[in-house]
Amino acid sequence: MSTLADTTAATGAPKTRTPLRPARILLHLFLAGAALAWLAPLLWALYAALRPYGETSDKGYVSWPDKLNFDNFTNAFTQSDMTHYFVNTLIVAVPAVLLTLFLSSMVAFYVSRFDFRVNLFLLLVFTAGNLLPQQVIITPLYRLYLLIDIPGITMSGKLYDSALGLVLIHVAFQSGFCAFVLSNYMRSLPHELTEAALVDGASVWRLYWQIVLPLCKPAMAALATLLSIWIYNDFFWALVLISTGENMPITSALNNLSGQYFTDPNLVAAGALLTAIPTLIVYFALQRQFVSGLTLGANKG
Amino acid sequence: MTTTPTTSPEAATPPPGSGPAAETTDKKVPRGHRRLLTRRDRLTLGLMAGLPTILHVALVWVTALASIALAFATWDGIGFDSIKWVGLQNFRELFTINPQFWPAVQHNIIWFAALILIPTPLGLFLAVQLDKQIRFSRVYQTAFFLPVVVSMAVIGFVWQLVYNPDTGLINSLIGANQPGHYIDWIGDPDLNLWAILIAASWRHAGYMMILYLAGLKSVDPSLREASALDGANEWQTFKSVIFPTLRPTNTVVLVVTIIEALRAFDLVFVFNKGAEGTELLSILVTNNIIGESSRIGYGSAIAVVLLVISLAVIIPYLIATFRKERQA
Repeated sequence: MSTLADTTAATGAPKTRTPLRPARILLHLFLAGAALAWLAPLLWALYAALRPYGETSDKGYVSWPDKLNFDNFTNAFTQSDMTHYFVNTLIVAVPAVLLTLFLSSMVAFYVSRFDFRVNLFLLLVFTAGNLLPQQVIITPLYRLYLLIDIPGITMSGKLYDSALGLVLIHVAFQSGFCAFVLSNYMRSLPHELTEAALVDGASVWRLYWQIVLPLCKPAMAALATLLSIWIYNDFFWALVLISTGENMPITSALNNLSGQYFTDPNLVAAGALLTAIPTLIVYFALQRQFVSGLTLGANKG
Repeated sequence: MTTTPTTSPEAATPPPGSGPAAETTDKKVPRGHRRLLTRRDRLTLGLMAGLPTILHVALVWVTALASIALAFATWDGIGFDSIKWVGLQNFRELFTINPQFWPAVQHNIIWFAALILIPTPLGLFLAVQLDKQIRFSRVYQTAFFLPVVVSMAVIGFVWQLVYNPDTGLINSLIGANQPGHYIDWIGDPDLNLWAILIAASWRHAGYMMILYLAGLKSVDPSLREASALDGANEWQTFKSVIFPTLRPTNTVVLVVTIIEALRAFDLVFVFNKGAEGTELLSILVTNNIIGESSRIGYGSAIAVVLLVISLAVIIPYLIATFRKERQA
């Protein structure tokens, strides 16, 4: 897909730097100030999290610190059993990301490399489904999840309140977006590539798995980054479809933590920041993929 | 989404034999490889497209249709035989009796208007500044992007630290945390929606900036040169040369913003669970499930309102997009 190549090329290209003029200095001052103001809420949370609760309750929150330490972070981490919730999130996010990419790339392969009559309609169904607000489908979905029995696999014995249920809805919902992006990407690959292989007697599966898929690596990487951040950040599905606190992923567990420790904002601040750390790591490590993914997916709400 | 359809590789370098010309002039030879497929290949293809489609349609579209069906019924959720068909009664009640419905519609509209009026131009402005090939551009970009990466729920908690009446940053700074002159940003129904909207705008502006940056990168540099040669100043160039070329991006931005406004949920839920002053359609639907009163038909009727508005935006947009791509 076009924008992927565009953004990576443009950001990666060496920039011709103009000498500093007064206008430039002014622009830098403005941008630096704006960037700092932009980060203020996060920095404020960090400052609050670094201070012991006793100190802030005596001196007020806007005051010079006597001591700064990581006690709130360690307390939030241990008292609320965050490792457990991180693992819950991983159990959902890893299979969901992999399955979404796998399934949506197959659909994309189907609609972009062959001209069946249903192609356009199929792609429309997937793309439109992804743009719907989640609340449009949640009531019947919730009922459906309560109806489906899967004894032995989950604690609840149902799709409701299980990691499997969350994986399924993430895959179903996000594959619409990925199918759209990947089909655009695959359509830009030359047709002779697969045609020649097909004439030589290669099976359709081989075409997909050994020829088309390896060529889609850049788009897949961008989508994987984006999907992991979205699925990790999910709050709504888990809120409605998980009832046991034990089974909650990290973002909804944070909701519980804040209810429990609402008298200690510093601890909640530490918890919130801890929750954000994995997404920040993914973002900083794979910044280029993230940004190009977002522009690939400009239709994503 | 092709934010920059003019530069798409398909358009730039059409693979020989598969371009539009070949398609229209020689209809006997299918563009794809259909004629080469064995029966086994067809089966494989059917499964490859079929399985994901079944999952997607079952969980997304069948449930959306079920929402429509349930909107015309009352059901306590216990056993199928308690489903009673009541026609339009849920909608009648919704439009006339429910005291939360119209405020929620209004708030959703305010949400959209606020996002399109403040963070969207701000995002565009930041994108234009960052597109000037300056030093540290990446650092600034990252600062503005960061809220987009963080979960909405986490953003809600972070902003609560700013808005908290007793201990929050704002009240502490302006001395409004003393008894007597208290500003309750979260509890006051006249203030809370705007307080949340500031947090939502904070995130949205970063998102818009990314979209516009991508759009600006695809503007043909020769346009700028020509405009500079004609002696246009920065603002004139932007107004009459750059902005018109951003039309595809603007369409995307508009659709994304409408959908964001309809989807808005996490921030509000974390803030005050959509209590007085911050009702939204999404919150009303959800309260029917996780709240104590499970009025399924009623909740579904609200979901249908949400569905109809969404589809009114999504369908024309997708049709226009796909038509353009077919022509490309």
